[in-house]
Amino acid sequence: MPLLELRDVSKAFGGLQVIDHLNLHVDEGEIVSVIGPNGAGKTTVFNLITGIFHVDSGEIVFEGDKISGLAPHRITNRGIARTFQTLRLFLNMTVLENVMAAEYGKTKATVLEAMLQLPRSRKEEKRIRQLAEEKLAFFGQRLAGYRHDQPAYSLSYANRRRLEIARAMATNARLLLLDEPAAGMNPHETHEITELIGKLREEAGYSILVIEHDMHVVEGISDRVVALDHGVKIAEGAFDEVATHPLVIEAYLGVRAEAEAV
Amino acid sequence: MTLGRGQPSEGGLPAPAPEPVDAADRTRVGVDEWVAEAEQRRAAQTGLSGMVVRVWERIPAPGRLAILIGPFAIFPFITSQGNLYRYGLITIIYALLALGLNIVVGFAGLLDLGYVAFFGVGAYLYGIMASGHSGHHLQAEIAIPIVVVSTGLLGLLLGLTSWRLLGDYLAIVTLFFLQAFVIFVNNANGGLNDFSYPFVGKVDLTGGANGLDQIDPFNLFGYHITTTKGYYFFTLISLILLMTMLYFVNGSRTGRAWRALREDPLAAEVMSVPVNRLKLLAFMFGAATAGFSGTIFGAVQSGAFPGDYDVGLLITIYAIVILGGLGSIGGVVIGALVVNGAPELLRSSANARFLFYGVLVLALLVAMKPWYKPVIVLLGTIAFGFAVHGIASAVWSRGTAGHIEGGGQFGRGLEHWVLLPRHTQSIAGWAYFALIVAALVLTMLHGWQRLLALIPTLYLASFVWENKLVEQVSGATRLILLGALLVVIMNVRPSGIFGTARVEIV
Repeated sequence: MPLLELRDVSKAFGGLQVIDHLNLHVDEGEIVSVIGPNGAGKTTVFNLITGIFHVDSGEIVFEGDKISGLAPHRITNRGIARTFQTLRLFLNMTVLENVMAAEYGKTKATVLEAMLQLPRSRKEEKRIRQLAEEKLAFFGQRLAGYRHDQPAYSLSYANRRRLEIARAMATNARLLLLDEPAAGMNPHETHEITELIGKLREEAGYSILVIEHDMHVVEGISDRVVALDHGVKIAEGAFDEVATHPLVIEAYLGVRAEAEAV
Repeated sequence: MTLGRGQPSEGGLPAPAPEPVDAADRTRVGVDEWVAEAEQRRAAQTGLSGMVVRVWERIPAPGRLAILIGPFAIFPFITSQGNLYRYGLITIIYALLALGLNIVVGFAGLLDLGYVAFFGVGAYLYGIMASGHSGHHLQAEIAIPIVVVSTGLLGLLLGLTSWRLLGDYLAIVTLFFLQAFVIFVNNANGGLNDFSYPFVGKVDLTGGANGLDQIDPFNLFGYHITTTKGYYFFTLISLILLMTMLYFVNGSRTGRAWRALREDPLAAEVMSVPVNRLKLLAFMFGAATAGFSGTIFGAVQSGAFPGDYDVGLLITIYAIVILGGLGSIGGVVIGALVVNGAPELLRSSANARFLFYGVLVLALLVAMKPWYKPVIVLLGTIAFGFAVHGIASAVWSRGTAGHIEGGGQFGRGLEHWVLLPRHTQSIAGWAYFALIVAALVLTMLHGWQRLLALIPTLYLASFVWENKLVEQVSGATRLILLGALLVVIMNVRPSGIFGTARVEIV
């Protein structure tokens, strides 16, 4: 049974069919890349999975349970967390608070308990602080120590991307949805991200669905690649298969594959 | 996008080679110098006020609370009954109100313009349960919890509007609620236009435009609070407790979730925060706090009057929260002190004089850099004044014949400096006009020209102040000065006295 499965999912904005009868699955422990030109519907897929948009038809199943129709925070608590293509950190909160805020679903203390500093609230607070520091430690020197108490807006662009990943890890997630994790990064940082995504699976045990434009990254990490164009899946398989698929090349370059082949 | 980069002749995409990684490069990337120096830069930027902030932040939370509240605790023993009410009790009630608004606006970032209505609901509800007007006399220890719970529930209802509305839209809807409340209490006196309630028919609930009078003083477990001092301490203790509890909440999962929601509601929702529930919670806590403050205000005034819970009060409370710093718990106390204290202090002309010259000097020192420029201007103005006064006393004796009422040593010194004509009316009017022109001219000058032009302008300002404004100090002048004071404070600390700078960059 796949971990996540999109069954015949469709979504339209007015007259524009953004996702058209899409079938997609991610198996346990798998890294799947979604590629496609701008406007292909990749981010919409993420928004549908995380419940920000509702599907028009079809259903989304996670660990055997239907999750389409649930509120986004419930879906996150089921075990799916995402990052955003346009970074959406809590800029005026500290680095540590950013991560701890994402652990809301792991805690239960009510406002009254917090007001009176009852034991459960204090215990939980201590636990998730430690947990948040562990998540940040995953990024080694990058987000280590002295940076935890400074506001998120003081981080560099690359570190903000890392912090977004750390924040997603801090939820109950088993499946991470990474929306262009390497966007705007220099080649060294891109290489680092590639290694990091591998590490996320090997060491932290996440299954990963990733949108990425950088083909170095896609080739470096993917078990399987899915290509979208105009909301339709045009190719699926190993990187080499998809990258040489005529429809994919057509979608990207806009020329017929036969004309190119010598 | 690297896909298009390869040669099509290879048949599809190029085989991407991993980036070469040499040791020298890796370490360079690892050192993020801009970030590493962020702390030092922050310290260097703020100078003197930065030092104050650093010292303040090093004090543990109970110490900070003691510093803020300490003066309030000794105030009743060094002042008169009337002052205790005007400066003390009202300031604390404002602070309490602002604390509640701070939850909604400061923490959760929901622009609630109906807030003051809950303050009114608290006062009226208590009045209905315990007053000569209604004929019921409930114990305060029963009435207060009922008020707090019902205003909380009412807040929850109003909060429902925030599920889909944010920002300006939410503001308008909640403002409508405030107006509806004011109109309701103005009419709910059992008169012709009033509702006929189920079961009881027409009843005089609020006393209409005349207000609900004869509200009982608090009767807590048989102990009657009747003096201003009694209410003062009751309110002060409530404020301390609420500040402490809010401090804990702010550091808890709920406080973090509120702030996350303020920063980015969508990201918060996707990061497992039930955003809608937290919005309701913020509205509920804010409303309950306002309702609680309302019972105190109603009991202190022994009445509830529709005019007290209007947009004017709303603006005052917003001014307190913004001045103190959005989201800052300690800030509301300072904000309330400034917003309520300053206009009250300005009622006496001697106080107002000090504030006028003080603000002028402070504004000069803050606005002009480097340090010697304001010093030149100040010394220049003083010398200019004595020169003008000297010349005038020789050729135009009537121009220096006036006197300054009160003001002590400082006032007597001023008499030798500023011109005080015997009949001031028309001269002062023209001088006032000239001052406005001079201020406009000043904005067009630059460099040394501006510096030189400042000297006569400042002198003109003192002339206008001593001859015209100081007479009306308890009226229009008070508000002009308060406005100037707020402008200066907000320019020095744009994010509020205790606020931290916020950034919106992406």
